[in-house]
Amino acid sequence: MGKTITEKIFAAHHVDTPYKDIHVIRLDAVFCHEITTPVAINNLVNRNKDRVFDPEKIKAVIDHVTPAKDSKTAMQGKILREWARRHKIKDFFDIGRNGICHAIFPEKGYVRPGYTVIMGDSHTCTLGAFGAFAAGVGTTDLEVGILKGVCAFRYPNTVKVIISGELQDGVYAKDVILSIIGRLGVDGATNRVIEFTGPVVDNMSMEARMTLCNMAVEAGGTSGICYPDMTTVEYLWKFIKDEYTTKEEALEKFSRLASDADATYDQIIEHDISSLEPLITFGYKPDQVKPVREMEAIKVDQVYIGSCTNGRIEDLRAAAEVLKGENISRLIRGIVSPATSEIYRQAMEEGILKTFIDAGFCVTNPTCGACLGMSNGVLAEGEVCASTTNRNFSGRMGKGGMVHLVSPATAAATAIAGHVINSKLFKGL
Amino acid sequence: MKNFSGGVLFLDRSDINTDEIIPARYLTEISKKALKPYLLEDLSLDGFTPKDDIEGKRVIITRANFGCGSSREHAPWALEVNGINLVIAESFARIFRQNMFNCGMMAVELSAQTIDNIFTGFFGKKTYLEMELERNIFSLTADERRQEVIFSLSDFDRALIRSGGWLEFADSKY
Repeated sequence: MGKTITEKIFAAHHVDTPYKDIHVIRLDAVFCHEITTPVAINNLVNRNKDRVFDPEKIKAVIDHVTPAKDSKTAMQGKILREWARRHKIKDFFDIGRNGICHAIFPEKGYVRPGYTVIMGDSHTCTLGAFGAFAAGVGTTDLEVGILKGVCAFRYPNTVKVIISGELQDGVYAKDVILSIIGRLGVDGATNRVIEFTGPVVDNMSMEARMTLCNMAVEAGGTSGICYPDMTTVEYLWKFIKDEYTTKEEALEKFSRLASDADATYDQIIEHDISSLEPLITFGYKPDQVKPVREMEAIKVDQVYIGSCTNGRIEDLRAAAEVLKGENISRLIRGIVSPATSEIYRQAMEEGILKTFIDAGFCVTNPTCGACLGMSNGVLAEGEVCASTTNRNFSGRMGKGGMVHLVSPATAAATAIAGHVINSKLFKGL
Repeated sequence: MKNFSGGVLFLDRSDINTDEIIPARYLTEISKKALKPYLLEDLSLDGFTPKDDIEGKRVIITRANFGCGSSREHAPWALEVNGINLVIAESFARIFRQNMFNCGMMAVELSAQTIDNIFTGFFGKKTYLEMELERNIFSLTADERRQEVIFSLSDFDRALIRSGGWLEFADSKY
């Protein structure tokens, strides 16, 4: 019987089945940041187990609150920094060279097709865009990952979402994933992997695929995953060119990972996006989505463009295209945070940052900060934010604040208008 | 092994997320104890007052998809430092559920109908839960009313509860 891509990855990494339906797998990478890792480090130290299974396979970054905003966040950074030095973890990224984990680690070539990755962060599913099994875990799983290089999962049953049709101008991967979450519901994929396939995914850039996989967890998914193809090979080529003689050779190897035609799925969903228009969330759950045009009266106080969902160069380009030659409303605070230092530099070289600044945006450094209400753009009670992030939970960006999730183009248009509105890039259906 | 019996806190809502259980602004704490005052601070639920309603409770009974959202183990820790080691729900988000057992705590899933019956019989009453782990049964008592509920637990979950969590389990095995 055929296997799904995730089943193939699990089979290749099998360590143990200690109980029925519990699969302990070997990890190719364990990623760490300064919010969930310091507690793991302290715990390992207290238990006299301050060791790492392989310093080459552990990567760490300070991304959630950077620069530190107070003594507590400074201490979290310090614990991670000293731990990385102590264990000779050479791939450690601190301020000036850092970026949001799910943007910087793929940018550095640390995620390859067929890999198994865990991180103490729920949006680790982003990395499934590369044809890897990547799952967010808690601190204890992270601790065991750091110490032993293994993690336990239930059998990876899969929901296959076949995305077909023609994307309209001004409609993006963010709108596609919001439409899928709206359809599945916030627990529609719980304990299952979401496999994103079909012609629309085949035509997507790696950045767009990351946006898609990023929000798999908002439907409850253990992870999201795409098949590796030539787009994947092209993205990774500078990192893998010494391992393969040609790109075709790499493609041939990676292609073997794709799910077999006779693989078994829990559920198969045909999702046609030809008539999809830009979407926005209402309420406090990511499955509460509506067309932007139905929310146009909503006044907004802040527009935030950034995060592991939509802080990549393509996202900034889309927003800049809308902002070019325009000024944002006097009633709006516009904040943009390029997701990594490299994206920041690229946006500067392409003139995108100038466009943002000319329009009246504040360009802040790469950080997760505002998305979870920790720093760099926290809302006051009663304020409303149109945001390119991934969670609209009550109080997410600040106690008593309201978050509406949108694409970067919609966010930019909203900043100009001062209220929710479709971007000029969307010409209608 | 941790204690799984005691007063019940009923949270009559689905999709209670980890930001509601413990808001991100408290993730700057690096000790579990420091989280104690902030449990469920941002929960949006009519009539719920964290300070009065959590005091003395040892068990939460709630609806579907409890613990969705972030991977933060601070959510189980915030429960644990408040003496709550057991959550009973119709369903859980994967990471939250695993985090509970990884800490030697329990996340018990019951059918929507059973949860409904429990809410019908006990919601709004001062309720005590007595756990009998070996028999896969717990009993609920309020005033004159008493109800026994059968639940199931996988062997893995049981092993994690017995060993005290995943670190202990994995360290002795891998």
